[in-house]
Amino acid sequence: MQDEPTPIELTKSVADFLRNDITPLISGHQAFKLRVAINILDLLTRQLTLEEGSDAKEVERLRALLNMDGSVTELNRALAERIARGEVDLATPGLAEHLWATTMDKLAVDQPNYASYKRELGRGG
Amino acid sequence: MIEAELSRSVQRWCSGATAVTGTAKLSGGASQETWRFDIVHPSGAIGAILRRSPKGYGAAPTRAAGLSAEAQLMQLAYEAGVPSPRVMHVLTPEDDLGTGFIMQRVEGETIARKILRDDEFAAARPLLARQIGGILAGLHQLPRDKLPELRSRGTTQEISDFERDYRSLSWPKPVFALALRWLRDHDPGPSIETTLVHGDFRNGNLIIGPDGVRAVLDWELAHLGDPMEDLGWVCVNSWRFGEIDKPVGGFGSREELFAGYEAAARKVDAARVRFWEVMGTLRWGIMCGGMMQRFRQGPDHSMERAMIGRRASETEIDLLRLLAPRGS
Repeated sequence: MQDEPTPIELTKSVADFLRNDITPLISGHQAFKLRVAINILDLLTRQLTLEEGSDAKEVERLRALLNMDGSVTELNRALAERIARGEVDLATPGLAEHLWATTMDKLAVDQPNYASYKRELGRGG
Repeated sequence: MIEAELSRSVQRWCSGATAVTGTAKLSGGASQETWRFDIVHPSGAIGAILRRSPKGYGAAPTRAAGLSAEAQLMQLAYEAGVPSPRVMHVLTPEDDLGTGFIMQRVEGETIARKILRDDEFAAARPLLARQIGGILAGLHQLPRDKLPELRSRGTTQEISDFERDYRSLSWPKPVFALALRWLRDHDPGPSIETTLVHGDFRNGNLIIGPDGVRAVLDWELAHLGDPMEDLGWVCVNSWRFGEIDKPVGGFGSREELFAGYEAAARKVDAARVRFWEVMGTLRWGIMCGGMMQRFRQGPDHSMERAMIGRRASETEIDLLRLLAPRGS
């Protein structure tokens, strides 16, 4: 077991430093790059916070859907192959729900301000 | 310095020109650059743009039409009344500037978010969807016999290219697999009519002023194919920049787009447009994956490129909204 502060806390402290202390000092193209850097750290913080829980649920759904076991990557590869072969499709019970849940979990990390995501989140699904 | 070469060049083909000033690079990768400059002329400065591949970068990537084709298409469009910059000069070896062309600079805005938010475009915005329909109709009617040599693309070939690109990423994405499967199952086959297709006609590649569209840019993906491709691509959610209820670039409705198109004596096939919208959404998603791959394999190890990889999920939610919509 590693010591604390946790990765989330460390990442967040760097992001806050760049945002609050460095941003006012920088302009032009470097300011744009700094914004990208802060966005990356914010994304990382969200991933470190959410990934464990969302991956566990994703694996659980994939096991049920595919009737097999494996890592989250292996299971995704298997699902993608079955969809490509037409063995699984939107008429398969649970597939649409699974793809929606997985995609919503990705957007929560990648782009929580994306308009389509906010609209779908509003559906409460 | 590029300014010296440009000065010598303009004196050869622009009567009265004495030099150039204000040269600045607007964008550029390794193989293609865009520069702005002003031609010094007794009757006043002439704003100009240089598009070129520097010396030693002659070969265009496989999908691109090439700069000389781009120049011909822009000139043809200009002559046909499709908003386009006037091409002033196609580079020759004696210009010593590489390959490419010089065009008249059109003033206006290309940044999509500004066009969608700023007050100066408020009056133009509600008119743009219909206007874009008319422009695409004009573009699709450019005379076939005057077009430069262009690659021909159909739906079936495009789907297999996407499939290959997706597989080469080795990036298991069930939603992309679902979209590819849907595209194969709904492939409408060859279109009745083959026309010039712009290939990247969208909000972001248009110069817009308070009076509407002033120029269509970025002709490098032009090809021959199904004209409905351009109508579908302009509706892809990624080019609505948050205005998700206004499919045509965030400006307006499909109905307005179609009305503008049909007012110019062209017919719309709405089902094909929808097919191309799904295709376009996946296309942008796979391109995001390609950016991630280039980031990993370098030389462009930039943060911006890395983050584009994390935008593929935007196209996944948009594909689900198209193919597996949830009840409202």
